[in-house]
Amino acid sequence: MAISFEVNGQQKTVDVDPKTPLLWVLRDTLNLTGTKYGCGIAACGACTVHIDGEPARSCSYPVSGVAGKKITTIEGLSSSRTHPVQQAWIAEQVPQCGYCQSGQIMTAVAFLKKNPSPTAAQVDDAMSNNICRCGTAQRIRAAVLRAADLMGNAKNSSTGGAL
Amino acid sequence: MSTNTTLTRRTLLKKAAQTGAVAGAALVIGFDVPARAQDPDKPAGNPLKGWVKIDQNGQVTLIYSRSEMGQGVSTSLPMILADELCVDWKDIRVEHASVDPFYGDQGTGGSGSVAGMWMPLRKAGASAREMFIAAAAQRWSVTPETCTAKAGAVWRGDDKLTYAELVESAARLPVPDPANVRLKSPDEFEYIGKSLPRTDVPSKVDGSAIFGLDVRVPGMVYAVVARCPVFGGKVKRFDAARTKALKGVLDVFEIPAVGEGVYTCGGVVVVAETTYIAMQGRKLLQIEWDNGPAASESSETLRRQFRKLVDSSMKVVINQGDAEAAIAAAPAEKKIEVDYELPFQAHAAMEPLNCTVHIQSDRAEAWAASQSPNLVQGVIQKLTGLPPEKIQVHTTFMGGAFGRRYQWDFPTEAAQIAKRVSKPVQLVWSREDDMMHDFYRPASYHRMSGALDADGNVAGWRHKYTSTSIAEMFDPKAAPESSEVGLTAQIPYQTKGYKLEYLPAASAVPRAWWRSVEASVVGFVMESFIDELAHAGNVDPYEFRLRLIGDNRLVKDALDPKERPLDTARLKAVLQLAADKGDWGKPLPAGHGRGIACHYSFHTYVSNLVEVSVNNGALKVHRVVSAVDVGTPVNPNGIHAQVESAIVYGLTAALKSQITIQDGHTVQSNFNQFTTLSMKETPKIDVYIVPSNVPPTGIGEPGLPPTAPALTNAIFAATGKRIRRLPVQPGDLA
Repeated sequence: MAISFEVNGQQKTVDVDPKTPLLWVLRDTLNLTGTKYGCGIAACGACTVHIDGEPARSCSYPVSGVAGKKITTIEGLSSSRTHPVQQAWIAEQVPQCGYCQSGQIMTAVAFLKKNPSPTAAQVDDAMSNNICRCGTAQRIRAAVLRAADLMGNAKNSSTGGAL
Repeated sequence: MSTNTTLTRRTLLKKAAQTGAVAGAALVIGFDVPARAQDPDKPAGNPLKGWVKIDQNGQVTLIYSRSEMGQGVSTSLPMILADELCVDWKDIRVEHASVDPFYGDQGTGGSGSVAGMWMPLRKAGASAREMFIAAAAQRWSVTPETCTAKAGAVWRGDDKLTYAELVESAARLPVPDPANVRLKSPDEFEYIGKSLPRTDVPSKVDGSAIFGLDVRVPGMVYAVVARCPVFGGKVKRFDAARTKALKGVLDVFEIPAVGEGVYTCGGVVVVAETTYIAMQGRKLLQIEWDNGPAASESSETLRRQFRKLVDSSMKVVINQGDAEAAIAAAPAEKKIEVDYELPFQAHAAMEPLNCTVHIQSDRAEAWAASQSPNLVQGVIQKLTGLPPEKIQVHTTFMGGAFGRRYQWDFPTEAAQIAKRVSKPVQLVWSREDDMMHDFYRPASYHRMSGALDADGNVAGWRHKYTSTSIAEMFDPKAAPESSEVGLTAQIPYQTKGYKLEYLPAASAVPRAWWRSVEASVVGFVMESFIDELAHAGNVDPYEFRLRLIGDNRLVKDALDPKERPLDTARLKAVLQLAADKGDWGKPLPAGHGRGIACHYSFHTYVSNLVEVSVNNGALKVHRVVSAVDVGTPVNPNGIHAQVESAIVYGLTAALKSQITIQDGHTVQSNFNQFTTLSMKETPKIDVYIVPSNVPPTGIGEPGLPPTAPALTNAIFAATGKRIRRLPVQPGDLA
């Protein structure tokens, strides 16, 4: 069945089983591999994308549900890593293996849109449903606060960065 | 114990390769360690033909030959090379090496990359530098001594020739004798010792980093395997009619298990146009399994077996003095006997296992997120008969590994499938496959008894130890305890009598190297028990450790005389640093407690201090302070990151995750059951590095072993409740 939607500003039409999770359409059909498969049950957050600006776990979101909607993936967040959240991630040297970080960043971007001046405790709440096995939580926390700083909104001043 | 561990891993793998032991009855893999990879003082060949590439535009690319699994080798290894080579860090690119005999063993494990590559890379970089200087001196018709290298060029006064201008002639010059090549002194280091940004970070914030699952090859197809959930179980019969009827399914066939016992499972393969169709097709298979003998195994049966074994007479591994008599003679209030137990743990790297292979009649190509790309080449060689030079292996970024990606089971399956499919095929393991068919951290059980003498020193220390031995699984001829004992063979605490006994427990559950391997087990047991002895003697547990470590001395490994001795001065130094930075002994609010622990693993000394509070049974971990002596710190930012990572991995295993067994299979199959430390639960972690000029040692793993005991020692300090079984259960604190 043909389903049309917008991905990172480009109109796409795919002909797949409508039950196919958006994740696999992005990865296998549209070749956008920045969005990751981690668990398949919406438990880890590695597959997080934005659907009409809202964060969604694409591994458990049937593609039929995105017809006519606008999707943003990590590839569409900015050209050349200029989004403040990406800048903050680099400054805090967050990624280790890096596999979960697309989902972490997409979660953080959506959170900061809703709450541009968060406290550390609010960051913890917002980011606690994304799993990172490398244990980068401390750096993610600092990076989200730094991103809020970069956007001119932080209540807490972030650290001086990892370096 | 790093060399021990590394050698054990390497020896076992070599043994598996040579004898086709358990791991490879039908699988003799071409795995060998060339002499130069074992000789730390020899760089591998002409550096300008393997380690450094310079193109016509002067772009310098440094090659790294170990796998980047998040631990930072794609930064630290090029740093070492760049420093001796004298190139500007900000201008360089880095690239992962293909599998090539030039690089020797490309296996990544045992926290050994920086430690093992330190001298070879420095000598390679220095050799290349001297070759550039020699080429420039020839060009200028002067002696090399009048020239210097800096920022990617050779200089003579204000004259300069860039490496790009020199590379062609330099590459033709003889490689200097590695024994005589001049190395920088530590005060000349430009990069080593500085926190530099990771080279891989930019690609990991925009989705462009290519992990194993991200490999896309024209014409490729996707495959999943239905494996028997029960360890060692096999396909009895299957019906694929419904699967084959699904649009996009291309093929369904059975692959045999490889290796005796439980190395690869074998199973029913579904090949499809997309990952999702392959997974859907697998759900439609009708398979009747032959569960085999493991179906009666459970965590409870294993626990009963463990207890029976520690109740029995065990093999005496170490017996110094007369620990048994000393304990028997001590008055009841001066002795303790307690049991500790640890569960299986899954690696649960964020990227599920996968491997992409394309086998053609005259050549093969593989893209693998693997810690052992040589073994990937080996399994393809074995299955196809192709010579190694016709098998190209690309190592991709890895979405975590923690030891799991050292195994060659998933490349074996991918090669089996690719051989039949004759298109590029990506084998994908689902999260459930990954969690249910891991090679787990062994489960273990420990009966510890000890006694204090009249002066409050340890009169006797007895450790009866049983586990599902790794060595026993990979090499039945090896001593089963060889993979399990770790620092129990090199105990830093002085005791008049010391006795270590061991027997392996029988289990069908596959197990192998999990982050820090046996150190994760014995670290918890030894550092909990020393704490218990301290409290039995009413002594501050930090002071007690310092006293029992005693004078500066070198502690030999009782089982392996070639193992590097433990330097008690360095162990005491990290303990003191952690205690100092962690405010040991300072007042705390009610309900709070601090715990401390130290451990030596992979030749690195680490002490962790944990502060917790327990209120109405609710535990909060407030802070972890870690002090590490890793020899020369190459990239301090990378060291901080690795220690933070190991501590969180260790806290997850202590507080959240475990693998339990029922009816011969794992109970846990995904992250909803195998839970991990969330951001809310992650404490503030502060890492302190002891300054040092001695050669660097490993850092990917050693932060983990002292984490769980520092935590449970802190829980004891806060509550008086002693945790002896991991992970901590909510009821333990009520």
